Amino acid sequence: MKLIIFAGPPTCGKTTVIRQVVRRIIKKNFKPAYLKIDVLYADEDEQLKREFNIPTKKIYSGELCPDHCNVVVLDEVVEWAEQKGADFLFVETAGLCLRCSPYIENSLGIVVLEATSGMNLPRKIGPMLTLADISVITKIDLVSQAEREVFRYRILEAAKEITVVESNALYGIGIDPIVRDILKSKDIEHPMFLKGNPPVGTCTICVGKKEIGAKNHFGVLRTMENDLFYVGE
Amino acid sequence: MEIAKITVIGGIGKDGQPEKVKRFDLKMGDIISIVGPTGCGKTTLINDIELFANNNTPSERRILINDEPIPDDFSFDPSKHPIALISQHTNFLSDLPVGEFLKIHAKIRGSDSAELMIEETLDFANQLTGEAIIRETAMTELSGGQTRSLLIADAVIIGNSPIILLDEIENAGIHRTKALKLLKKYEKIFVFVTHDPRIALLSDFRIIMKNGAMQKMITTNAEEKVAAIGLKKIDDVMLEFRKLIRAGEEITDSIFAEQIEDLAASYKIYLKRRKS
Repeated sequence: MKLIIFAGPPTCGKTTVIRQVVRRIIKKNFKPAYLKIDVLYADEDEQLKREFNIPTKKIYSGELCPDHCNVVVLDEVVEWAEQKGADFLFVETAGLCLRCSPYIENSLGIVVLEATSGMNLPRKIGPMLTLADISVITKIDLVSQAEREVFRYRILEAAKEITVVESNALYGIGIDPIVRDILKSKDIEHPMFLKGNPPVGTCTICVGKKEIGAKNHFGVLRTMENDLFYVGE
Repeated sequence: MEIAKITVIGGIGKDGQPEKVKRFDLKMGDIISIVGPTGCGKTTLINDIELFANNNTPSERRILINDEPIPDDFSFDPSKHPIALISQHTNFLSDLPVGEFLKIHAKIRGSDSAELMIEETLDFANQLTGEAIIRETAMTELSGGQTRSLLIADAVIIGNSPIILLDEIENAGIHRTKALKLLKKYEKIFVFVTHDPRIALLSDFRIIMKNGAMQKMITTNAEEKVAAIGLKKIDDVMLEFRKLIRAGEEITDSIFAEQIEDLAASYKIYLKRRKS
């Protein structure tokens, strides 16, 4: 089975891209499965189940960071998809964190970015972009040619090796090159490893200490003037 | 890649039937129009051109450049993309000042005389719009007409795209006569999606769309070219009325008569010219 992870900021068009990809994968007589990880609300799994009658699953990360959730549940979801006889497992992440990435070593990582989100976005989103294999730009019909060029240029500036695909996913334009790369991608290798390095340390804020100010925390800290330092054992 | 010619090869319409127009060529310097009722597939056709469709869009059309299809995995260097599409929805989203934004674009396009290009672009744009665009204005503050003018000027001068697709620009409050006159000076391929008879008749040929399919291709003949001059006159009269209303004038009987008489006089000249 092949694992394909889709990331990207909320409302960027991930589901629309996935829907077009799934349609084409089914046409080629493959069986896809789909997992949606989100924080509070998602109904994309139900939509895809209704539309394509494929095995789908939804996991709310709730108290956990959604990418963290992805890391701790993915092995079980892969097992589930394999039991369902899937050839492809598509994972749609909540796409909130700009510090880590949800991609898995040797599996295909796809970041979806909307052209309308401004020319600086590629400079802002870090590993979600730089560790992806393909960057799909959606809603290209809404922005000026000039901004599209700047957007594309800045993606390549941040991630030199990335494949950039411009698409108008609503109309199924620009989807075929993505499907081609998905078909060419490698099967899952066990054990699975997260691509890239996660953010630093165990965070006291993540575990519920809400007091403001470095003096109230331990671990890797910084103050306004000083760079990172470490407090603790 | 040096583009000398692009070819559109017909696919299928909304009903799945093959298109009546099997193919047409666009050569450098050509100005063409795509016409037809709303929803007939005009925009889909220019989207196909823009994406170099290769039997991979719902219309199954194919686009060739210099008689060759574009390989599926080919992707243009953003600084060399040959097509600029300016649609009804196209907008600037960046709130950078106009001058600064143009500078970034010129830099990405590899220009070493950015300053000159910015000047030329603004000069071009300001000939198309009523209200001059100032360098310091944020792009998002531009009016609809100013935005459209700047989009066109940027695509022609900084982008220097050999192929420019313009989707219903007549609705955007720009000076059409000047636009066409200015555009003709540049050796490019211009494709207009339009409802404007003047733009259609000033084109070398027009493609008529119906039900998602290219139905017919009409080359503008000598008779139509003369009619285009007459249409310009009618258009000028309409513009004159617009100007008067904008300026807070009342359209009196005598003002109305003056304009219509003017029109009648040019019609007589036109008839005389046709006879000779």
